[in-house]
Amino acid sequence: MMPEQMLQQGGRLARWGDDRLGAAHWVSKALNKIFPDHWTFMMGEVALYSFIILILTGIYLTFYFNPSLSTHIYNGPYKPLDGQVVTDAYASTVNMSLYVRAALVIRQMHHWAADIFIAAIVVHMARIFFTGAFRRPREINWVIGVLLLFTSLINGYIGYSLPDDLISGTGVRIMFSVIEAIPVVGSYLAFFIFGGNYPGTVWDGRLYVVHILLLPGVIAGLLGAHLALIWHQKHTQWPGKGATERNVVGSPVWPIFAFKSVGLQLMVWGVIAALGGLAQINPIWLYGPYIPYKVPYLVQPDWYMGWLDGALRLMPSWEVNMQGHMIPNLFFPAIFLPGITVPFLMAWPWLEAKFTKDNLRSHHLLERPRDRPVRTAIGVAVFTFYAVLLLGSATDLLANFFSVSLNAVLWSLRMILVFAPIATGYLAWWLCKEAQRIPVAGRRPRASIIMRSASGGYVLRESDPRPGDEHIELEPMPVPRADLSRGVGRQVIRVGGDGSPALSESGVLQAPRQPAPRPSLRDLLRPGGNGGLGGLRSRRPRNGGADGGPGGGSGDGGPPGGGAGGPAAGG
Amino acid sequence: MSEHTRHPVQAQEPDLPPFPEDDPRLLPGVRHPWQAEVLVGVLFSLSFLSTVALATTYSVGGQPQLEGGFLGFALACLGAGMISWGKYLMPRGPFVEDREYEGREDLESNPEDRRSFIGSFGRGAVIVGRRPFLLGLLGMAGAAFSAVLIFPLRSLGPQPKLTLFKTNWGKGTLVVREDGSPVNVADMDVGSYMTVFPAGFETDPNAQAIDQVILIHVAAEPLPTRQGPASWTPDGYFAFSKVCTHAGCPVSLYEAQTQQLLCPCHQSLFDILIGAFPIFGPAPRPLPQLALMVDSKGNLRSQHGFLEPIGPGFWERGAYPKGGYRS
Repeated sequence: MMPEQMLQQGGRLARWGDDRLGAAHWVSKALNKIFPDHWTFMMGEVALYSFIILILTGIYLTFYFNPSLSTHIYNGPYKPLDGQVVTDAYASTVNMSLYVRAALVIRQMHHWAADIFIAAIVVHMARIFFTGAFRRPREINWVIGVLLLFTSLINGYIGYSLPDDLISGTGVRIMFSVIEAIPVVGSYLAFFIFGGNYPGTVWDGRLYVVHILLLPGVIAGLLGAHLALIWHQKHTQWPGKGATERNVVGSPVWPIFAFKSVGLQLMVWGVIAALGGLAQINPIWLYGPYIPYKVPYLVQPDWYMGWLDGALRLMPSWEVNMQGHMIPNLFFPAIFLPGITVPFLMAWPWLEAKFTKDNLRSHHLLERPRDRPVRTAIGVAVFTFYAVLLLGSATDLLANFFSVSLNAVLWSLRMILVFAPIATGYLAWWLCKEAQRIPVAGRRPRASIIMRSASGGYVLRESDPRPGDEHIELEPMPVPRADLSRGVGRQVIRVGGDGSPALSESGVLQAPRQPAPRPSLRDLLRPGGNGGLGGLRSRRPRNGGADGGPGGGSGDGGPPGGGAGGPAAGG
Repeated sequence: MSEHTRHPVQAQEPDLPPFPEDDPRLLPGVRHPWQAEVLVGVLFSLSFLSTVALATTYSVGGQPQLEGGFLGFALACLGAGMISWGKYLMPRGPFVEDREYEGREDLESNPEDRRSFIGSFGRGAVIVGRRPFLLGLLGMAGAAFSAVLIFPLRSLGPQPKLTLFKTNWGKGTLVVREDGSPVNVADMDVGSYMTVFPAGFETDPNAQAIDQVILIHVAAEPLPTRQGPASWTPDGYFAFSKVCTHAGCPVSLYEAQTQQLLCPCHQSLFDILIGAFPIFGPAPRPLPQLALMVDSKGNLRSQHGFLEPIGPGFWERGAYPKGGYRS
């Protein structure tokens, strides 16, 4: 079908829909909505797309997984397990992994996606924190984000517990002990959740429902609110390129942002699929079924539970007894620590606003971390604290690796846990202060020229600006709403890459674009060189925008205001 | 299209201005678009080929590495192609839109809307507030109902009562292996160990989880520990609850040279010779010791059950007495 006809057909369909929905106003507004472009804004998208693939792969897994703790003697195709007593949960996971076509890839994708999902949330959160994107008016979305992080974390923990293998079963035992450690109601809560004393026969089925229905529902709801708020409040942006507190500069949703974002989604899925096929994760058939009196030698949880496992290991052996009651050791690292982490994170926007007395107006422009040294220092210190805890979950591995005693590793990490945050926090603060003094920070680097003086000394000097260094940023323009049938859509214009003039279909000779200067070898080798090595990366006009001369339209770009078919791509 | 099916609105749609084709911001972001076109084309073609390979792999029987590899490559190429298309071949911008404050300072609604909201809500509040007695009753009924809503939680499981204080070890319980066979004092060499259970409970996972005991032949003769006298360790057989007092993992690593038990979960270390007291790591209390005796056939039995609750701590457990538990 010709583009023209496609447009006509599309128009008919759109009219049919709009007659019934009256949606043209907000849909066209949505299609023209601007999203700022910056690589740091992709982290949340990565998390979102990991969540989608988690749901898709998860649905597939539910077709094969049986969350029952009923036991039977295994008599399936996996011979090493023959004759062993296994639960249905374990046997169904083994059989699915090894004997259902493509199910192992799907299962491993699900596991990898969970790890990537939470990693992306953490990185996204760090980006929000260090650039001040949580400030008014986005405090609510920050709180929703913190809730999303911890809901996802709990769901991840529950998820990898479900197969009831030897490692995850040990994790479930610890889960029971942790619930038991809650003061006053702990043992009741543990008994209610597990239907009696550990292990019981119901936890897998119950946690399965929590894992596939309850918490995904909560996450989806929070995620919907998170995205709706981003849409409504509009995205933050970096200063520069004409960005102010009162506008949004970037790419329109249709088609530029849509192509980039869907492309990112497919790439995230591609990476997860490749990992799912090529990188083995959680091979439960090697771990064996859970037996209450057995335990594997190396027990490490998934990475996002590592900080809690590390806290359990680094905690001194204290227990509090009062009035005949006990506050168990586990309470401090496993209940109290997350119990203060979550509210502290949630309260951060208000804490900061209180101390900086900055809560009078909205902020839509981001801040460079170096321009807020105290915030950056606190963030780095807090991250260091949790990173050391994460390292703490590998005390046994570290002791083996460095061939030192566990005792040495444990005491070193306890010391590091206390002192490293202070050190890294101070270092971050100092680096921020230093970075503030760099005069050219944020500017395009220029070549350094080392000159030898007559006396034999060396002098470093910045090179003179080259053409293009002082380029003027183009003023941002509103997304044009235009009639394709009357503009570029009719013309087929191809301007050669060498800048040679071309004939349009209408027979009008197009003005030649400014020919690109042929780069010399020296140009190519200079750092930040202006030559052709940049190739595809040179986004900005080099000659003050002169290469878009009058009449120099191009058929290569799909105009953002356009619809299907767009400009006829040149022949 | 025949005359009577044409929609009347179609004619009224106003004309838009022609596309501003001469604006540099509507040109692609690269100088040589054909290079990007080739790149995108190659990526899409690779994705297509990879998808065909994936389908072929799947239909001839499947192979996880190939499936994941082809699927991943197909998706990644498709994604990279779309990103390249969006980045290199679409208008470079930048584009701008207003945050639409329309004269307001910020995101807040305009004053009329705020007044309207307060008016609407206030109207309702006034109407409801005219019946304070009914409002009170509604609050009471609602609060009572909300409290009752958490009752189903209670149905999920039994109350703990004394369950956490008890095991299946009792007076004279026969010590058996996981296959149910009793342990004779002559069975084990000094320096060996095994996991044992009270007779009759060796196969039930729920019983195993709390009754599991690590039996170690530590020495040739009985030795006292801080938890009990030498009569608890006949012929040098020591028995401790295998459930770690820290987080409940099985304490299953025995080191004969140093006579220590290590929990592999969080690296708590227990010294057997002093009664499995924790000497390192987060475990707060010793592993409860099971008093053993030898019956007339030479089989090991427990003298009595544990004197304290086994496993990790909980609120009702109470303190560990200074002098330990004594029978």
